[in-house]
Amino acid sequence: MPLTSQDPRIDLMYRLADDQLILGHRNSEWNGLGPILEEDIAFSSMAQDKLGHSLQMYSMLHALGEAEPDTVAFTRNAPQFHCCQLVELPIGEYDFSLTRHFLFDHAELLRFEALASSSYEPLAQVARKLRGELKYHALHANTWMKRLGTATEEAIERMQHSLNFTLPYALGIFEKTDAEPEIISSGLFVGEDELKSRWLESITKVLAQTALEMPEVTTLTPVFGGRHGQHTEFLQPLLDEMAEVFRLDPTADW
Amino acid sequence: MYGSASTHDQPTTATTGLENEDPILLAEFEARIARGEKIEPSDWMPALYRKQLTRMIEQHAHSEIIGSLPEGTWITRAPGFRRKMAQMAKVQDEVGHAQLLYSAAETLGKTREQMLIDLINGKSKYSNVFNYPTPTWADSNVISWLIDAGAIVNQLANAKGSYGPYCRALDRICAEEAFHLKYGHDAVVHLATGTPIQRKMIQEALNRWWPAIMTFFGPSDKMSVHTEILMRWKVKMASNDECRNQFLDMYVPKIWEIGLTLPDPNLRKNEETGQWEFTEPDWEDFKRVINGDGPCNAERIAVRRAAEENGAWVRRALLTPKMQYVRPLA
Repeated sequence: MPLTSQDPRIDLMYRLADDQLILGHRNSEWNGLGPILEEDIAFSSMAQDKLGHSLQMYSMLHALGEAEPDTVAFTRNAPQFHCCQLVELPIGEYDFSLTRHFLFDHAELLRFEALASSSYEPLAQVARKLRGELKYHALHANTWMKRLGTATEEAIERMQHSLNFTLPYALGIFEKTDAEPEIISSGLFVGEDELKSRWLESITKVLAQTALEMPEVTTLTPVFGGRHGQHTEFLQPLLDEMAEVFRLDPTADW
Repeated sequence: MYGSASTHDQPTTATTGLENEDPILLAEFEARIARGEKIEPSDWMPALYRKQLTRMIEQHAHSEIIGSLPEGTWITRAPGFRRKMAQMAKVQDEVGHAQLLYSAAETLGKTREQMLIDLINGKSKYSNVFNYPTPTWADSNVISWLIDAGAIVNQLANAKGSYGPYCRALDRICAEEAFHLKYGHDAVVHLATGTPIQRKMIQEALNRWWPAIMTFFGPSDKMSVHTEILMRWKVKMASNDECRNQFLDMYVPKIWEIGLTLPDPNLRKNEETGQWEFTEPDWEDFKRVINGDGPCNAERIAVRRAAEENGAWVRRALLTPKMQYVRPLA
């Protein structure tokens, strides 16, 4: 599994799949820990969706000659992962997890809306299905951002702090690879720059309905590296945990 | 999952306070229950009925959220996509059950927040089995199959009880538990018929869990305190021993069928009486664990406490002075 693949479809879909797998895994860690039961349940639903989305992507990659989804998900190590660093950070407190969810899922929704008209028909078909689910993820995030972002002084302060902390990582979602020119020219996807500008517009619109201030994005340094296999110290332990049972006997049928 | 509300029933003196109830209302209430009618939140009910039901539904709700913890720790370790997604969905169901049950209990007048506070303070209990550890993936599978199976036996009985909101919640819960049972069985069968590592793992987990499973339905009827009035009011629908025997009848053959053994040399069915015979569980140990001194009591409560404390700012933010607490009606 080379990091820069010849096939732009493989390059693109690994990034999508790894983001979804790792964020799905993180979201599932909210089991039993949510601030209200309804949020335990919501994060679990979104985690299940994310896992399902990544499985679809890995299955399409498998059709293009990559290994089986379970092998790809459960046996690679951190340097072989293409997720952005945003998704691998620990869940922290609810304000961080909510902010990450808000920033990521706006990008994810816009990404899959754009992919619905991808020149690669299998991906376009899946995207048309997934965008319907992602709409609810964004709706959930918006509801809570607005609610907490206009609530008590304590809540606003926490949310602002999380927004400031998380934004540079969120900009890392749009890190490009060498395949970017071909991804755009082949009509596979509109490209990360275009996605980023749509995303900024979309999140700014929601934040304008809160007491939160959107930091000046041009002054921030995006946290890049993830798309090229450079990860935070948090990814490898996550992967070790995820594969703990699977690796006891990778040939076994669990 | 869960089920054994009977575990912690303490009907003290069954007549407590009954002499203060209006005898005509009480007679009407009992006649309605005898006719098989459901009692609804706005109906008259004796204080003892309200108290016992609140305790029972609250314990059941607590058992769902505490019960989601030992299995929840295996979500992040579940081997393969299929198991990972199913484990997530299964555990999510349990949290959903808690949500349903807290709402049912709230109809009796106690708020969810107060119930959660009492859980952390140790004032209210939860099913004792969740005070035992789940050191391997196989332990989690044993819970999914056999603890959920036990819960279904109990809950199907209680779904025929007298309190409308609880019965309706249980009907929905049992439908989901039936899926959990299939999931748990499937996972256990995969291990029991798998590689030597897998077979060893599941047999050891079953050996570890069997003593706890045997105590799941609560102490033997001969040790139980007087529950006649709870039976008459259809708060309690089947005795501990009846439930236990039904469970053994349904599941021991299935366990043996897949080549697993059970760590009790005395376990056998007496074909003449139709009753299962077994080594009497260690009820002294059971009491010790219920009272807080089990291997995981402190850990379970600590996780719950941390969740309550870390999430307090969110709940404060959701409260606005204009909004008032409204008790759900059904």
